[in-house]
This record gives sequence, C-alpha cells and structure tokens, in this order.
Amino acid sequence: MKRYLLLLPLILFGAVAVMLAVGLTLNTSQVNSPLVGKPAPDFQAPSLQIPERSVRLSDLNGQVVLVNIWASWCTTCRQEHPYLMALSEQGVPIYGIDYKDERPKALAWLEQYGNAYRAIAFDAQGRVGMDWGVYGVPETYVIDRQGVIRHKHIGAITARSLREQLQPLIAELRREGES
Amino acid sequence: MTMTRSVFTMLLFTFVMGIGGIADAASALYRFDNTSQAQRFQTLTEQLRCLVCQGESIADSNADLAKDLRSQVHEMILAGHSNEQIMQFMTERYGDFILYKPPFVPRTYFLWAGPLLLLLLASLVMIKYVGRARRDKQSIVLQQGERERLSRLLGESREPETDRTQT
Repeated sequence: MKRYLLLLPLILFGAVAVMLAVGLTLNTSQVNSPLVGKPAPDFQAPSLQIPERSVRLSDLNGQVVLVNIWASWCTTCRQEHPYLMALSEQGVPIYGIDYKDERPKALAWLEQYGNAYRAIAFDAQGRVGMDWGVYGVPETYVIDRQGVIRHKHIGAITARSLREQLQPLIAELRREGES
Repeated sequence: MTMTRSVFTMLLFTFVMGIGGIADAASALYRFDNTSQAQRFQTLTEQLRCLVCQGESIADSNADLAKDLRSQVHEMILAGHSNEQIMQFMTERYGDFILYKPPFVPRTYFLWAGPLLLLLLASLVMIKYVGRARRDKQSIVLQQGERERLSRLLGESREPETDRTQT
C-alpha cells in the first residue's frame, strides 16, 4: 500500500502533463459550432446583384450545398476563392453570404476574381451572420439534403482541407441522399 | 525619490482614468429606459466572451463582433427579453464557449468537481499520514525489558553481518 502511495505524485504529475499537453495543443481559435447537426437557420436577405430580389436558404432544399461567408474586405477569402471556383465547376452549389460589406466593392471583387456562387445574400448588418454563429470570415458550412448543417469549416479552404475534408464529405452526403 | 514617486503617481492616475474613460464610453453609447436595464447590460456583456479576442469579454473588446453582440444585447434588453433568453440566444449560436462561466453539464462535471476531488484526495492522504505518524510515536514507548531485548537482537544480527563481510 505504501509503495502505491509513493507513486501518487508521479501519477498526478502524469495526469497534469497529459491535460496540459491536450489543452495547450487545442486550437482555440476554432470554436465548435453548436449548429452542426441542427437544421441550418433560414435566412431571407436581399441579393447582392439584384437588391430587389431576395435570397432564401429554403430555396435550395434537397441538395447538398455549401454556404460560404465572405466579404470583399477579407483577404483570406481571396486565398480560398480558387477552391470555391473549382468546387463550383464540379457542380457543387455554393451560396454566398456577403458579410458586412459594401455593394460596389463586393461587385467589383466578383468581377475581378470570378463568381463561384449560385446566389449571394447581401448581409450588410451581419444579422444573418449572427444567426449562423459567424465570428470570423471566411467560414463555410456544408448542408445536407435535409437542410441540416453537417460541417463548419472555419478560415480559408486550402487544397488540403478541400481534398481531405470537404470533397469526401460532399460525396458522402450525396450518396446518403440517394440510398 | 519624491520626483520619481510623483511621476509614478501621475502615470498611475492617467492609466486608471484612461480605463474608466473607456468603460464609460462603451456603455454611454447605449440608451436605456432605466438604470436597472443599464446594469443588466453591464453584467451580461461582462459574462460573454468575445470569440475573436478570446481573453476579453464583449464589454471590453473593440472587435467588430463584440460591438455587434453588444448592440444585440442592448436591443434584446429594450425589447423586454430576460437575461436567460439573451444568454440562450448567444449559446444557441456561438456555443457554451461564449459563456465565461461554463454550465454544469456532463461534459464539465470533471471541471467543476475536479478541485473538490483533489481536495478530498489530499485530505485522505494527509489523514493517513498523520494517523500513521501518531501510531509510530506510540509504538516507540517500550516496555521494561523490551529495550534490552531489542539491543540484544540488534547485537545478534550485527555479528553475523560482519562475519559475512569478512568472508
């Protein structure tokens, strides 16, 4: 019994070391969204290109879609844009939420870098963003055929996250809907 | 000496006044119907974490998101929402991480109970050691004759040992 007690400090040290190792390597800048696994919050906001027309999320039910939060003032959005273009060319419908932006600048941005979006909701006040729990731009949500958020990608999409996370997930969700 | 001290006092004064000024500015931007609403605004925004600069509450942070969330809290207070409703609004969107005080749910049982468990463990170890030390002290008291027997035994055991080292 006494021998085990002598080991106690070592065991406690080990436990603290393990907790610190986990805690210090956690990426706290990526906060898990409570919305993953829940129905995507519907929104109705004016279209970026045609202000009189409104964009609604419920318009796209029944498909696997991406919802991408972006803005012309966001430099990381420029980095991920080629990957969105690639996805769009592969036939993945992407809906944009133009977050706290100015219309002319956003339109000029699309002109310059290309439009990867089926439709873009213009969210000048960040109201839609708040309902989606957006706390930084860019963020990308993957939504299944039932309209449930299945994944939230925080920060720019990279070649790696596209290959290892987004594309397999999209393929899987598409199969899920067929069977 | 007095010179440096007065300079120090002056710096401290400016610093404290500066902080007060910033805090005043944040709440002065919003209008409330009464002081209780203003107080609720202050407590709520101090309990919510800014997800951009995670070491700051939305009351202190200057990040855009913190400003938006402050306006949201302000609007909800004016619209007659309760504190619980406002907190629920925030956690539904941003998760429990937005709360500086984590809720007591299965995932956080260890977090809340950990310090108590450690205290309990430490107390048990302490009681055990103190108890043993007391028992040891009692057993030192030897009866008449025991002392002689002890020294005889020790003497006996020592002899063969020396023999062994010699061979």
